[in-house]
Amino acid sequence: MICLRGKGVSVGYAIGTLRFHNREEKPNSGVEKSTPDEEQRRFDSACTQAVSDLTALAEKLRRQGEETAALLMEMHGELAQDLDFADGVAMRIADGTDAPTAVRDAGEELAMLFEAMDDADMQQRSADVRDVARRIENILLGKTEVLSFSDPVILGADDLSPSETVSLEREKLLAILTVGGSGTGHTAILARSFGIPAVVGIGNGLTGALENRLVIVDGFEGTVLVEPDETTLAEYRQRMDAYAQSLSRLNGLRGLPDETADGRKVKLYCNIQSPEDVGAVRDNDGRGIGLFRSEFLFLGREEAPDEEEQTEAYRRVLSAMKGQEVVIRTLDVGADKQIPYFSLPGEENPALGLRGLRLCLKNPALFRTQLRALYRASVYGKLLIMFPMVTNSWEITATKELCQTVVSELKAEGYPVAEKVPLGIMIETPAAALMSDVLARQVDFFSCGTNDLTQYTLACDRMGEHLRDFCDPHHPAVLRLLELTVKNAHEAGIWVGVCGELAADTAMTETLIAMGVDELSVNPGSVLPVREQIRQIKQ
Amino acid sequence: MITFDYTLTDPMGLHARPAGQLVKEAKAFASKITVTCKGQSAEAVRMMAIMRLGTKAGDTVTVCVEGADEEAAASAIKTFFEENT
Repeated sequence: MICLRGKGVSVGYAIGTLRFHNREEKPNSGVEKSTPDEEQRRFDSACTQAVSDLTALAEKLRRQGEETAALLMEMHGELAQDLDFADGVAMRIADGTDAPTAVRDAGEELAMLFEAMDDADMQQRSADVRDVARRIENILLGKTEVLSFSDPVILGADDLSPSETVSLEREKLLAILTVGGSGTGHTAILARSFGIPAVVGIGNGLTGALENRLVIVDGFEGTVLVEPDETTLAEYRQRMDAYAQSLSRLNGLRGLPDETADGRKVKLYCNIQSPEDVGAVRDNDGRGIGLFRSEFLFLGREEAPDEEEQTEAYRRVLSAMKGQEVVIRTLDVGADKQIPYFSLPGEENPALGLRGLRLCLKNPALFRTQLRALYRASVYGKLLIMFPMVTNSWEITATKELCQTVVSELKAEGYPVAEKVPLGIMIETPAAALMSDVLARQVDFFSCGTNDLTQYTLACDRMGEHLRDFCDPHHPAVLRLLELTVKNAHEAGIWVGVCGELAADTAMTETLIAMGVDELSVNPGSVLPVREQIRQIKQ
Repeated sequence: MITFDYTLTDPMGLHARPAGQLVKEAKAFASKITVTCKGQSAEAVRMMAIMRLGTKAGDTVTVCVEGADEEAAASAIKTFFEENT
């Protein structure tokens, strides 16, 4: 049994026969060439054909429910009509080159320009450009490159072009393996949308010599077991069954209410980092956003985002969530993050330094801009604003005053602002938890950031591998603080949620609900597993 | 000639999808539409050139519209940016 390792880019298991796809890269020889005018005409015709084929393919994929693949083919259709590409081909044809070679060379030239870019996503586009060029070239040469199999297979290749991947009949494809490749390429994206495992970057161990061998693919671990022994086979068959069952069980929970067996309702929301993540919230049946980290707007750039840009980003998420609650947390960074346009004093202990709300209160111009943008966006959906890293009552007072000023200003300027925007704070320090009775009277809700709460309470860096034994996320100290927080919140008549990793910990769901937690905000992938736990609770 | 600026919010900037849609929008007008970012320019009807501008969230693009239907074109392109980027 040979074990190959790569990077698992799509989860799942597969057991089947490996077929290795070798793409012919022969240069065009003996191609009959006619006049430039005729070659141009042939190109125009082939190009139109390609666009028509791609449109038809996109429609077919859409009907099959393969939206990701459909969009990809539509993008290819656009690329085929690109003017720079057409110019490149026309120039070579006018110079006397035959159409297929002109197409290949023009495509290659543009592909290399994309490859040379700094951006990983743009580099991936070079594969799309080459794919489209090859498609047109094949039409000109009368070649059909169709990958098809009579039985379901595990497909291996040096790399797979987008066209090749989508052309495969979904039912015949058990898994995808490639020699090269990265996690953001088409193979990864398409395999995930097909729901099959994929392992990339396997390297030279994956060759045509493995053709027709029985293999096991483990998309979780990123391993490929060639010609496995009986024990291993039996073990993986079991894992496959268990996984398939759990997937179907979890999918059965879609659309069901987030309530305990006793009928107690819980809000089950999602944590997101950017407007792009809203798709994942919807895909996983999340019913609101309990934490929208606004940092993405501020990081990795030279200048602070202005009010317009921020308003637009918040508006996008609020409207995409169509009236479901969206809790947006104001800027939560400290000296540990690189922000050139902030004057952050160098700190010995950034975790204990000027961060979160503290930083915003000390940078009023910046804070004001964010608040203005949030309130301007508030009319597009159901907005709640949350402030991080609060340890003092006066911080809340000062912040609320600033919010009132911002709202008055906006109204005076003629901007519509939502009637009621609930304001809440993160409970992530021992101080906040211990003083939660006082703080609860100042805000509309709490959300417990258990990651930082655990860290500060146990005096333990949660990133420290060497501290594992000392840093128990279920530590009674943390649980006692949570209990106290919930009790104080309810006494003041406000709701309390949990948005740290503890919320997604299915071993803790019953405990948290028993404490009285009203809301759990988890990464999108955890919605269904947590819903399953909630619905089983009988108290 | 009409000129306006727009600051992109999509983390991936004008990537393939919006670039393709921008091309479609731009082709509907007779005016010449140019998008400039960080010193580089591309015609809005040239998809690969737009993608190769390598724009990202936070980048400000300057859009220049010139032609007989420039009013309508500028308005449509501005709306396009607001709704898609």
